[in-house]
Amino acid sequence: MSIQTLFYIGGRLIKGLLVLFVIAIFNFFLIRAAPGDPAKVMAGEAGAADEVFLQQLREQFGLDQPLYYQLWVYISNLVQFDMGQTYRQQMPVFDLIMDRLPATLLLTGTAFVLSLGLGVLVGVIAASNHRKWIDSAISVAALVFYATPLFWLALMAVLLFSVFLGWLPAFGMETVGANYTGWDRVVDIAEHLVLPAMTLGLFFTAVYARMTRTSMIETSRADFVKTAKAKGMSPGRVTFRHTLRNALLPVVTLAGLQAGQMIGGAVLTETVFAWPGIGRLMFEALFQRDYNLLLGVFFISSAMVVLFNLVTDIIYCLVDPRIELTK
Amino acid sequence: MNPVLKVEDLSIRLPEGADRPYAVNKLSYSLYPGEILCVVGESGSGKSMTANAVMGLLPKAIQVDKGAIIFDGKDLISLEEKRARDLRGNRISMIFQEPMTALNPLMRVEDQIGEVFLIHSDLSKQQRKARTLELLKDVGLPDPEKAMRVYPHQLSGGQRQRVMIAMALALEPSILIADEPTTALDVTTQAQILHLIKELQRKHGTAVMFITHDFGVVAEIADRVVVMQYGDMVEIGSREQVLNQPQHPYTKKLIAAVPPLSAPDREIEDRAGQSPALSVKSLCKTYVSPGGWFKPARTVHAAQDVSFDLYRGETLGLVGESGSGKSTVSRCIVRLLDSDSGEILLGGSAIQDLDHKALAPFRKQIQMVFQDPYASLNPRKTVGRIIADGPIAQGVPVAEAMDRARELLKLVELPETALDRYPHEFSGGQRQRVGIARALAHNPQVLVADEAISALDVSVQAQILELIDTLKKKLNLAVLFVVHDLRVAAQVCDRVIVMQHGKIVEAGNTKAVFEDPQHTYTQNLIASIPGADWRSEHQPTAVGQPA
Repeated sequence: MSIQTLFYIGGRLIKGLLVLFVIAIFNFFLIRAAPGDPAKVMAGEAGAADEVFLQQLREQFGLDQPLYYQLWVYISNLVQFDMGQTYRQQMPVFDLIMDRLPATLLLTGTAFVLSLGLGVLVGVIAASNHRKWIDSAISVAALVFYATPLFWLALMAVLLFSVFLGWLPAFGMETVGANYTGWDRVVDIAEHLVLPAMTLGLFFTAVYARMTRTSMIETSRADFVKTAKAKGMSPGRVTFRHTLRNALLPVVTLAGLQAGQMIGGAVLTETVFAWPGIGRLMFEALFQRDYNLLLGVFFISSAMVVLFNLVTDIIYCLVDPRIELTK
Repeated sequence: MNPVLKVEDLSIRLPEGADRPYAVNKLSYSLYPGEILCVVGESGSGKSMTANAVMGLLPKAIQVDKGAIIFDGKDLISLEEKRARDLRGNRISMIFQEPMTALNPLMRVEDQIGEVFLIHSDLSKQQRKARTLELLKDVGLPDPEKAMRVYPHQLSGGQRQRVMIAMALALEPSILIADEPTTALDVTTQAQILHLIKELQRKHGTAVMFITHDFGVVAEIADRVVVMQYGDMVEIGSREQVLNQPQHPYTKKLIAAVPPLSAPDREIEDRAGQSPALSVKSLCKTYVSPGGWFKPARTVHAAQDVSFDLYRGETLGLVGESGSGKSTVSRCIVRLLDSDSGEILLGGSAIQDLDHKALAPFRKQIQMVFQDPYASLNPRKTVGRIIADGPIAQGVPVAEAMDRARELLKLVELPETALDRYPHEFSGGQRQRVGIARALAHNPQVLVADEAISALDVSVQAQILELIDTLKKKLNLAVLFVVHDLRVAAQVCDRVIVMQHGKIVEAGNTKAVFEDPQHTYTQNLIASIPGADWRSEHQPTAVGQPA
């Protein structure tokens, strides 16, 4: 990597930090603009809700302060990497997020790898059999998964595989009370992972398959593919060495988009499958009006998007020598 | 002598709904060792079909109906695919028209050439590397060591074509098929590549099947010539026979349409006292690509101190190779680009700094005809609307503008029925007529034709050139003709300007420039024209005689 590229990456990181700063401020106002009062929610849960108690709660969390002062506190804490305390658990927000992060990354990471690998493979198969029945079958299946709502798919999968067939657990990440260790635990988690990862991954598998197919068909008409054939290469070698490598460029862009959503993009799936990850944490925080926790999740999610945008660009420059990371 | 390749009674079927049932029909010819056989024809003549059949590169929808292609005692048509693959790139290899796209953009030169050895030989990695380096030296690439490591986008068009040739000749094939390998190149580069192909062919005794539309190229390198029309071979013979005593009327027509290199005598009007329709003074345009922290900014001077006058009733040729700045100048003049400095006077008024609104009335006076007739017409609009839209935008009532469009169609010799049809229903030449009609819709004084005929077949070129010439006289237009083809420039221009690296290196009356070029670059350009000797011996033929 040249010195220019390193400078470029440095520049992009600085710009990324600026973007995050603006997003943090924006998030702050967005949350305050939503109706609801955390103090009331908490008082409601405690059972007693007289005005004095409410006032106490508000003071405790600094909610009685003017808005600009709250913003100031939030931002000045944030730049010291302090995301504050959650209202309910009274834990540092950062610790809570880190506690839940592995579960989410396991789910979204599996879904990411699965959908990318499977999608590209299926796309290549469809493109290699262009206009034959297998191509049509793949295209139709991809369209169905592309268009079906995720939560419905999740519920149907639970019905089929857990309720009727009894093959896979329906929810959670581990069997409650089993206290597996070592290899048994890995198998247990893997079994729990199948349904949510499939549900989350199917949509993107469909997207990748469609995109790879189109891109492959387009690239296979390129002159350099003709050159490769004229060299006397076997069709398989032409496809993988020449067509696929060039056809994958737009897929990289899309994969970058999906990777950016690895933290914030699994709310629905985690909720349906009771997966103890960030998505569910966010969902709960929303209902409890836990401002600090919400802001924390938002912030980490946006940081992830910004980071993966940069990573995508770097990968792009690695796979396509025509692109230089200088400007 | 036994032929190295024998095409026997070959018929290739086109899919249903094509304009004719067969791409090539009952074709028979032979290719002998050590000869260069040129297959000539216009687009759609089926001249590339045989080559593609030889290489197994026919599109799936197109099938060989009957006949055989015999190579080394085997019929390539019925040969098992796996065994045919062993021959491709090994005993028979091919180079293509577009050097810009024929190489894989993601692979280093070394790996792309090395692949040929990887497939067809059992050379070790070291040996492959050594052979590749040798090949790159053979095709005359500067700094072959470095060329090994670069990607195609880091090479120029001519250099890429050299890499293609190196790749094709890697295993010393018996046959090299070259499908329009110099068509996309500049004339000086073309001369070099033709020379290289000829030299390597001599050295290795390779038989070359050279597919081209350009009779100049034929005259330059062919030993024998096959002429194709609508899938039929209409003539075959030695170069001298076909070029100098063509038998078939179609061959005669094609050769007659090739503009001779010598400029005809023209009356040179004395322009003293006239005011020019367009006057360009010290025009400068520089492109700067921004640098990074450590990367210096790259500047390209596309136009440096360019000055000329253009009068009504004359055709001025702006000649140069790609990158010479001729297109930049023409685009600045019609204000598609903003110039950096200098003056553009249209009928005496400076237009270079006018804003969008102030420029509108001047737009009518200067119009452009573009290079690619396929891309320059909006496919979703009828021809009538395409022509009338300009005047309508300038406030002419729709009915009136459409009436005018009808007249214009007549003027460019298209039927009135074209008005309600869409561009895709027309051929390239007809589309270019529509493009001209569109440009004329405003009654301009100045017409800028930016490579307006270079995408067309030679016989169609001649017709369009004649049309522009007729219109120029009829409407007293000032025509600025941007062109890279010197033959064309010699025929149609009263005066020419030669540009190189953004500067005018020579300007003068066409005949004077062609007969006695002063600048070395102009001399080099003229010397590079393929088949220069052949056509200049002949009597100039009137342009555009339809057969």
